[in-house]
Amino acid sequence: MKRRTLLAGAAALAAAPLAPAAHAQGGKTKIVFWHAMSGALGEEVKRITDGFNASQGEVEVEQIFKGSYPETLTAAIAAWRAGQAPHLVQMFEVGTGSMLAAGPAVKQVWELSKETGIQFDPKAYLAGVRGYYSLSDGRMASMPFNSSTSLMWYNKDAFAKAGLDPENAPTTWDAVVAAAQAIKAKNAASIPMSSSWPTWCLFEQYAAMHDVPYATEANGFDGLGTKLLINTPPFVKQMQRLIDMSKDGTFKWGGRDGAAGPLFPSGDAAIMFDSSAARASIDRAAKFKWGVALLPTDPAINAHPINSIIGGASLWTMTAPKRTPAEYKGVALLLQYMSRPDNDAVWHQHTGYVPVTLAGYELSKKQGYYEKNPGADLAILQLTRGKPTKNSLGFRLGRMPELRNIQYEEMEKAFQGQQGAQATMDAAVERGNKVLREFEKSVKG
Amino acid sequence: MERRTIFRGWLLPVAFVLPQLLLTFFFFLWPAGQAIYASMTRQDAFGIRTQFVGAENFTDLFSDPLYLDSIRRTVVFSASVAVLSMAVALLLAVFADREIRGRGLYRTLLIWPYAIAPAIAAVLWVLLLHPQIGWIGHGLRALGIHWDYKLDGAQAMLAVILASAWKQVSYNFIFFLAGLQSIPRAVIEAARMDGARGWRRFRTITFPLLAPTTFFLIVVNVVYAAFDTFGTIRALTRGGPGKATETLVYKVYVDGVENQNLGSSSAQSVVLMLAVILLTAIQFRYMGRKTER
Repeated sequence: MKRRTLLAGAAALAAAPLAPAAHAQGGKTKIVFWHAMSGALGEEVKRITDGFNASQGEVEVEQIFKGSYPETLTAAIAAWRAGQAPHLVQMFEVGTGSMLAAGPAVKQVWELSKETGIQFDPKAYLAGVRGYYSLSDGRMASMPFNSSTSLMWYNKDAFAKAGLDPENAPTTWDAVVAAAQAIKAKNAASIPMSSSWPTWCLFEQYAAMHDVPYATEANGFDGLGTKLLINTPPFVKQMQRLIDMSKDGTFKWGGRDGAAGPLFPSGDAAIMFDSSAARASIDRAAKFKWGVALLPTDPAINAHPINSIIGGASLWTMTAPKRTPAEYKGVALLLQYMSRPDNDAVWHQHTGYVPVTLAGYELSKKQGYYEKNPGADLAILQLTRGKPTKNSLGFRLGRMPELRNIQYEEMEKAFQGQQGAQATMDAAVERGNKVLREFEKSVKG
Repeated sequence: MERRTIFRGWLLPVAFVLPQLLLTFFFFLWPAGQAIYASMTRQDAFGIRTQFVGAENFTDLFSDPLYLDSIRRTVVFSASVAVLSMAVALLLAVFADREIRGRGLYRTLLIWPYAIAPAIAAVLWVLLLHPQIGWIGHGLRALGIHWDYKLDGAQAMLAVILASAWKQVSYNFIFFLAGLQSIPRAVIEAARMDGARGWRRFRTITFPLLAPTTFFLIVVNVVYAAFDTFGTIRALTRGGPGKATETLVYKVYVDGVENQNLGSSSAQSVVLMLAVILLTAIQFRYMGRKTER
């Protein structure tokens, strides 16, 4: 790949100071790990890499925070084009489709294992987590790292003030709507309900749990010719509910991606849909009694909801010219270290992400973690509820971040009162399908 | 008497202009060439597979109603920013041009906003306009106006226009002030003797004599609003809500950097490049005519 674009040039400038660091220093193999974990989560990443560096004398890993998930994706792509890719990069789950199509830019886990002789047993990882990052024949493409699912966080003080039972969170959407109305009526919080990662928490999870297809071709797992199905009645119903709630002031659009997140620990929002991994920051910042519950479901659509899907990210090994076998081995050793049950359990307990290995889960149970921290196993219970179907494995749609942006835009138009629920979802499908066709052409070409 | 040095041969002159040529090549021609090339390809994000597609990216662009919307939006935005910032600057310049106490300080203070980085300017406006924490936003809500620029497209547009125009007022102020000071006092005096009062004097004497400055500023302001407001929009609205504040330049960023659609993004850059060339040509032509006179 000789062609360099403007973007690649910029990345080269940005990455230039790192390049020399990638080479052996004092006999140690240096490897670079880019991640997107800020704040408390970033400190946990540092704890892991520090631990790894102290545990052996062969490899020295340098962890670098590269910004948000999409920013990290962009940086990794630009860096690879410039021949300066990091050894290991954390990539959010919706980037999986793009990374699988990245061919020579990445070294999938099974390849890395074959080349370095360091074994990773797929069966050691939780099925719901592993599935998202594996090829259809079961070989692992990327290493599961921080996996979460979305949960409903609620302010117990606000619930009590609104005359609701703080110990029994609503389980259905009808009950959530009623609770939000009670909170508004009693003025128990300035925002009755909001959602972080609205597309993920309110639509993608909704599709999986109710066993409703999100896109054709098994949500993209079966082929590139996939088309969105989010303008079908279940999704329109959900959108209509949000529009109605927005109109009567019980739902507040808090912005795209994770923008709404801080509204919960600050005490503004009484009900917040957010990642199970919000636990660390909520625990640290919230000055009120809070509770956490499973995502609400709609019995009219499916009375027996199944598993929710994961969110979060996995770790991809990237290639670069002149990268040595020793460096790849260093990466494999780091991945092996992270998958150790003790490390996995600590990561899980400190961050609220689910353990990615079965052994890590068992260890946490044995340590009595879930008895001491009620609700900490909700994410695992929700992820393993029922029998997974092809609608609940996750998504393998190319350019999925762009699909989400399109949905955000159309939702924002709807909440401004510019369009109804059906029109919103129709527009998201029409524009999204165009993107999917573009992706199909660019990957096949 | 004009002083002119004649160089023999061509080596020395070439050596003199070489640094400039190299800079132009590496920082303009090369990237521009890359953009033109990329605008005719379809690539996956990593650039592993690149297909030549000719003008397909351009035809796609101009048949895309979202792109045409973005053009319209950019025209409205640029015109509003130019008119608003120039009108305010002219008003301030006219007042600062008078004999008032402490006008040195007054003038200096008016120039300050120009030195503020766009992102910082936007943050200041966020602190003013934010529906919950900004005092203007808070005040508007207290007055019963439903102010929420994060969800209301028209209000979002108003917010980015205000922030962008405010930032450009200083620049326009300097030019208008200089323009006003270069108008011969004798002309103004003559008008006064003829009995023309303030507004009439301004309308018939001052404003026409400011025409060259005004024209120059129109071009500069339109270029500023269309191309230099990325930072403000990014920090204030991120192009949203919906696509309510997504101008052409912002769209290049979204499609190229966020969506990794390099072909389309490059095609948009090429379209913008042509627009800048056109605007610059108009300006040069006009300025050229002025110096000939």
